[in-house]
Amino acid sequence: MNICIIDYGLGNSGSIQNMLKRIGFRSVISNEPEVIETADLLFLPGVGSFDDGMTNLEQLNLIPILEKKVLEQKTPIIGICLGMQLLLAGSEEGTKAGLGWIKGTCKKFNFKKTPERLRVPHMGWNLTTPAQTAQNFFSTDLPELRYYFVHSYYAVLEDEADELCSTSYGFKFSSGIQRDNIIGLQFHPEKSHKFGMSLLKNLVNNLISVKS
Amino acid sequence: MLKARVIPCLLLKGGGGLVKTKKFSSPNYIGDPINAVKIYNEKEVDELMFLDITASKERRGPNFEYLKDIASECFIPLCYGGGITSVDEIRKLLRIGIEKVSINSANFTTPNLIADAAKLFGSSTVVGSIDVKQNFFRKLRVFNSSKRDTTKLDPVDFAKSLENQGAGEILINSVDRDGMLSGYDFELIKKITDAVNVPVIACGGASGLDDIQRVVKYAGASAAAAGSIFVYQGGNKGVLINYPNYQQLEKILN
Repeated sequence: MNICIIDYGLGNSGSIQNMLKRIGFRSVISNEPEVIETADLLFLPGVGSFDDGMTNLEQLNLIPILEKKVLEQKTPIIGICLGMQLLLAGSEEGTKAGLGWIKGTCKKFNFKKTPERLRVPHMGWNLTTPAQTAQNFFSTDLPELRYYFVHSYYAVLEDEADELCSTSYGFKFSSGIQRDNIIGLQFHPEKSHKFGMSLLKNLVNNLISVKS
Repeated sequence: MLKARVIPCLLLKGGGGLVKTKKFSSPNYIGDPINAVKIYNEKEVDELMFLDITASKERRGPNFEYLKDIASECFIPLCYGGGITSVDEIRKLLRIGIEKVSINSANFTTPNLIADAAKLFGSSTVVGSIDVKQNFFRKLRVFNSSKRDTTKLDPVDFAKSLENQGAGEILINSVDRDGMLSGYDFELIKKITDAVNVPVIACGGASGLDDIQRVVKYAGASAAAAGSIFVYQGGNKGVLINYPNYQQLEKILN
């Protein structure tokens, strides 16, 4: 099984590789089309701003190979944090079009006019509720599902059926998204100790067995 | 609901291991950081913060090799501060598995760094860090720790300016309370959390869970950082890496 973490100059690819190793999966970090070509599962990490993310993907000429893998060959891909946001059509953070593989856009949290005046970024550990259709990815052994979030923009989906899980911060938003082989997580499973380990293990096992 | 974070703040002296200070002086050797990270993983801490306290003073950058070893053992969010003066250094730190960077001394020497970093890596990656000390007239002022100089800057105004530049979080460290177990500077933290919209991390003076509860509930901190109580045990100051369990934290913070 080949797992490839896409290296496009933005992101904590090292953290994802460390966590995968910890739960028993080898992975490579690469931006070379030949390496990406052979992958059975892709990770699109990302810490940074939306336009820089798209610009880097374009400059490294990664979009054609990613489209071939993900849209034609249906290779599973997991976008994390900015990597999730790039799967959508666009973001209030920038002017560039996103990959547009899942219908929706990113909006900025703004609580300045609300009584609670919640702080932005949404930063820290928050609870997550899986959608009915996503139960097999989330462990039932854990009393609650807590993950680590660091973000100022959140996904607004066009089709509710694409929601993988949801979280409340001022209101309920889609903290995980999925359309077929394409998955995005707003939180950082690679930094969410036992909760993240369990989710990543389930995701890798399910996605790879579904494909083969 | 988002829970306030409780963060062990661990001090490094370059590649020379963990230390704990008192009032930013007399560093006492604590042990090996990788060993500490392994214990904090087991204890499922909310987040870890490493500050290299001699980097800026010695005019050197982060010790990347050493930090890479630390980050590779860390399955919890990790913030690093110390000697960062450029976006290239930040890019390198993110690559080795550090989520957030804390910028302090560079705010005096490279005033655009926070803005540049926020533009490139997003605000949520950049922590604006402020050390605060009483001046001769007992007024709280921003302290430039790498120069050991108490500036004329007001900490509340300075926090606002770092937020405006793009810091996604503000870390306030009270120099006079560091290692003294005298409680956080609750009034100062409250003033700052009232003045900014980004999360504020309080640091300096925590003596136990009561202080953590008060700095969150009363002063509005989004995170409580502490050193002594998480690396020493009780009054006798023997080294013991420790952290409250989740039930304890839930009880005081919810």
